[in-house]
Amino acid sequence: MSTMGHARADFTATGREERLSAFETRYRRELGARRLWTLLYGALFAAALAGSVAVSDFDLADLMAGLPKAWTYIAGTLPRLSPDTLWADLADWYWGLRFWLRLLVETILMGFVGTVLGGIVALLLCFPASRNLVERSGIYFVARRLLEFCRTVPELVFALIFVFAFGLGPFAGVLAIAVHTAGSLGKLFAEVNENVDPRPIEGVRAAGGNWPMLMRLGVVPQALPNYASYFLLRLEINVRGASALGIVGAGGIGQELYVAIRQFEYTDISAIMLLLIATTSIIDVTCETIRHRLIGQDMRAGH
Amino acid sequence: MTSITHGEIARLRRGNPELFHRPIPERLRQWGLWLAFLAAFGYGLWWIDANPMRIVEGLNKLGLLVRLMIPPHPGDGLWDYVHAMLETLGMAFLGTVIAAVVAVPFGFLGAKNVMPNWFFHFTLRRVFDGFRGIDGLVWALIFVSAVGLGPFAGVLAIAIGDIPLLSKLFAEAIENIDRKPVEGVRAAGGSGLQVMRLGVFPQVLPVMMSHVLYFFESNVRSATILGIVGAGGIGLQLSDRIRINNWQAAAFIILMILVTVAAIDFLSRRLRMKIIEAK
Repeated sequence: MSTMGHARADFTATGREERLSAFETRYRRELGARRLWTLLYGALFAAALAGSVAVSDFDLADLMAGLPKAWTYIAGTLPRLSPDTLWADLADWYWGLRFWLRLLVETILMGFVGTVLGGIVALLLCFPASRNLVERSGIYFVARRLLEFCRTVPELVFALIFVFAFGLGPFAGVLAIAVHTAGSLGKLFAEVNENVDPRPIEGVRAAGGNWPMLMRLGVVPQALPNYASYFLLRLEINVRGASALGIVGAGGIGQELYVAIRQFEYTDISAIMLLLIATTSIIDVTCETIRHRLIGQDMRAGH
Repeated sequence: MTSITHGEIARLRRGNPELFHRPIPERLRQWGLWLAFLAAFGYGLWWIDANPMRIVEGLNKLGLLVRLMIPPHPGDGLWDYVHAMLETLGMAFLGTVIAAVVAVPFGFLGAKNVMPNWFFHFTLRRVFDGFRGIDGLVWALIFVSAVGLGPFAGVLAIAIGDIPLLSKLFAEAIENIDRKPVEGVRAAGGSGLQVMRLGVFPQVLPVMMSHVLYFFESNVRSATILGIVGAGGIGLQLSDRIRINNWQAAAFIILMILVTVAAIDFLSRRLRMKIIEAK
């Protein structure tokens, strides 16, 4: 409203000098307001920073002292490889390769089975959690909150509880991954469902289909490539997450890494971490390739 | 309305078999893929030793735990939990700020239009990708044993875990800028630094801010669990309460985490929307 007033004032101001000075005042006022906001946000940021520093006993001297320590530690994990005895050194470094590979396979399997189980639950829950597919808002509300709960409780907290209930080992880890995946994939799937073309659904309804048929024949064929793409994305994340679950006793390579770090088996740490990096990179690239192919097919089909 | 006779359908079917049945090789391939998928899934289930007995037994125990959790009650540790939660937020905030500050120069170095040397920028990107394969909790473990127990290790773990990803996102933001303002500043006689400040910076700042806020959100989530390995914050309290079988307090802490995460998500989403609109 006030800018309108100013604009009118500008038009009524006749003289060149007058118009210029009106512009100048307005410019200065806008600049002042902007500076005030920047200052305000800056102050808020500074307050948050000060609070964080106070509450986490962080200080710059600590950081300066801690960084070289961290660096020595990381440098200490690297093995001594000399060119003369390279193979023997490598063999020494990766002395537990067979065992570690077995654990890596376990980690990947945990990620895979957890993602599949979670994906199945997500697929069942995503339809009632889509705004456009349910008429009763009560069902929608319950499904949404359920997904939110599964998604928000950290995976590791589920793992802690499941280790207690189902015993140590990969089974608890898989369940933890599955519950968390159900929550996050369910939400993504529901978003896909909310963007489908309603015409096929109406077609199935007109042909006398009941609700499950509507979902199976009207929604799923449209949404399947997107489901698959999100599934693969989640698989990548879960394999990475599965490597950490071993720390609370839920199976996989994390357990071995935990032991290595706790017992200061320096070279083992770097060996296992490099294996982990290699594995997750391979899985990332594979999943990405498949995802691009899926999306490519989708484009060719003219969706 | 025209109707179609059975004879016509039969003729069409003979004429264009591919419309009625997918070719055998394609179907075989699909069956093969499904079979491989199911085999892998079955093998995985066998490996993790999932049998119905175990599931029933575990669910019984889980039911017992849930009964023990109700009603959630903080006991006499409420202020400890609040303090630990503040510590968690502080860790996430500091970690994100440090990661953002460090990621800015890396982002510029990793951007194709700033660093035309493809080998350099390719290597940098691969290193970023590689480091992403390490989970935040593993970093926390390493920093706890490198710099000792406490939130400081958590801050470092969050910062180190985020730097590669943030650098990559910053680099992409810098690559996607509009050339025209840059050329405008240069045409008006701006120096290299002025081109960065007036041509590049105003374009990338909102994108960077929005990424940083998003990372803060996700870091609050991950900071809640870093305490499990001794890196400070609410996770330590949670794992302790679970270890001593104080399930009511554990449930209370889980609820606290849920509420905090929801509140931070809400605030950060509002701020992000504002930044994007202002852009």
